[in-house]
Amino acid sequence: MTNYENKVVYDVRDLNLWYGNDQALKNINLKINKNEVTAIIGPSGCGKSTFIKTLNRMIENIPSVRTTGQILYHGLNIFDKSIKVEELRTRVGMVFQKPNPFPKSIYENVLYGPKIHGIKDKNVLQEVLETSLKSAALWDEVKDRLHDNAYGLSGGQQQRLCIARCLAVQPDVILMDEPTSALDPIATAKIEELIDSLKSDYSISIVTHSMQQAGRISDKTAFFLMGDLIEFDQTEVIFSNPRDKRTEDYITGRFG
Amino acid sequence: MNYDGEIIKNTMNNENKAPLIIEINHQRIERRIMINKIAKYVFLSSTLFALVVLALLLYRIGAQSIGWLNLGFLTRNLSIFPEKAGIFGAIVGSLGLMLIVIPVTLIIGVSTAIYLEEYASKSKIQTFIKINISNLASVPSVIFGLLGLGLFGRLLGLGSSILAGGFTLSLLVLPIVVVSSQEAIKAVPGFLKEASYAMGANKWTTIRKVVLPVSLPGILTGAILSISRAIGETAPLVVLGIPTLIMRVPTSVMDDFTALPIQIYYWTLDTVLTAEYANLAAATIVVLLSVLFVLNSVAIVIRNKSQKGF
Repeated sequence: MTNYENKVVYDVRDLNLWYGNDQALKNINLKINKNEVTAIIGPSGCGKSTFIKTLNRMIENIPSVRTTGQILYHGLNIFDKSIKVEELRTRVGMVFQKPNPFPKSIYENVLYGPKIHGIKDKNVLQEVLETSLKSAALWDEVKDRLHDNAYGLSGGQQQRLCIARCLAVQPDVILMDEPTSALDPIATAKIEELIDSLKSDYSISIVTHSMQQAGRISDKTAFFLMGDLIEFDQTEVIFSNPRDKRTEDYITGRFG
Repeated sequence: MNYDGEIIKNTMNNENKAPLIIEINHQRIERRIMINKIAKYVFLSSTLFALVVLALLLYRIGAQSIGWLNLGFLTRNLSIFPEKAGIFGAIVGSLGLMLIVIPVTLIIGVSTAIYLEEYASKSKIQTFIKINISNLASVPSVIFGLLGLGLFGRLLGLGSSILAGGFTLSLLVLPIVVVSSQEAIKAVPGFLKEASYAMGANKWTTIRKVVLPVSLPGILTGAILSISRAIGETAPLVVLGIPTLIMRVPTSVMDDFTALPIQIYYWTLDTVLTAEYANLAAATIVVLLSVLFVLNSVAIVIRNKSQKGF
């Protein structure tokens, strides 16, 4: 039992979420395991982005949002008053749909997180910079131009820079909201490869529009529809032998 | 219209396609190209109108100030005799005003804009406050002069000192600085702020490290225009009771003073008494424009530097 609980990073219990009067998430229950990639699929407007943004409480930046239920992160309810969002987001990083580097140098982008968290030692910063960029498979491409503006990088490189920036804060979980939807197939393949290599050190939850992507990179898949979690299981099960008719219809491309 | 027949034929003979709704009408297209050309020249002449008037003004003033604008004029004190008059005191007075206006408007204006855009909740009261700040921007400067006279001159006992003048001019341009800074802050893309928040940054850190650096060029553009306006203002200073003739150069912000626009105003008024005063006014205008030109250039350099640095 304890061994099993240690494997669980996120335990979502009876989560409901409203935008004003519109309910976007209905009674969601699922567990996200350590060192696994959990894919979240579903048609547009099904609540998958809302769900992933709830995991680091970014959703609260929208004024009318209201939630009930619990999200236990290592056993702590993230909605508890004693939990500060700044602390939660230091442990739970996020990569967005569109690459969003700051209009600063590559160096400043990667070290933004460590610097705001008070790291001042030049040697430490240099080490974080190098390990983060290496982990994000970007080091070799940028090591000679660390002080160039990040906007000079290609879209795929910018997204890997955003992953490096996220890794530099040394998170425990990485949330990815359709990280490859703005990228070409080659850049997408690189990011997918990267996600696979990051799995050994991080727990990853990824929202994706591409069923093939979910099939290629994830261990578990959750299928959302109209705010309901229809099915959540091992990825092989979801794609080869789904229990619910709606899951089957979606993954075989009958709607969505 | 003179053309060698239609170049692109209407393809009505293609039976597989649906009937064409938009047929190529050569006359119509020629007419639209013509209208486009006319529009271009209308807009060009509007631009030229402003430029020509400005050039005429500069030429007249330049011509009038020749012989009067020299080192002596810049370094001497005021005098009732045109040949002996200099505007050193007025230059010092105007620079003193800037010394008050620039920090006061930038600090209070940008802080207000940050509060309204980043911290204030989007309630009806906030919207009401925002609309009223925009309305304040259109209040005539004489009214602000009266406010300055009552509040700073009389109530706080600052009289007609540089401090009273500076505060009054700051009040006058604050709404413009607030509104333009708000627009600059609003234009910072949400995805940059999200990136910062997602790494565990709080609001102030995000404002300091992302919002302000990105919006700085926009904030400075608004501030430059407003401060230039403040330095050229005459009406509020007249209402404050800035004396006509001051022989002493101000040494502190509590001293009485005169400023360049005031000097232009009084010399122009007194041209009926002494004709040469018109030349002195022209020379002062050249000095005031030069001061503004230098001020703007410095601000633009700072702005471009800040754009590159981020």
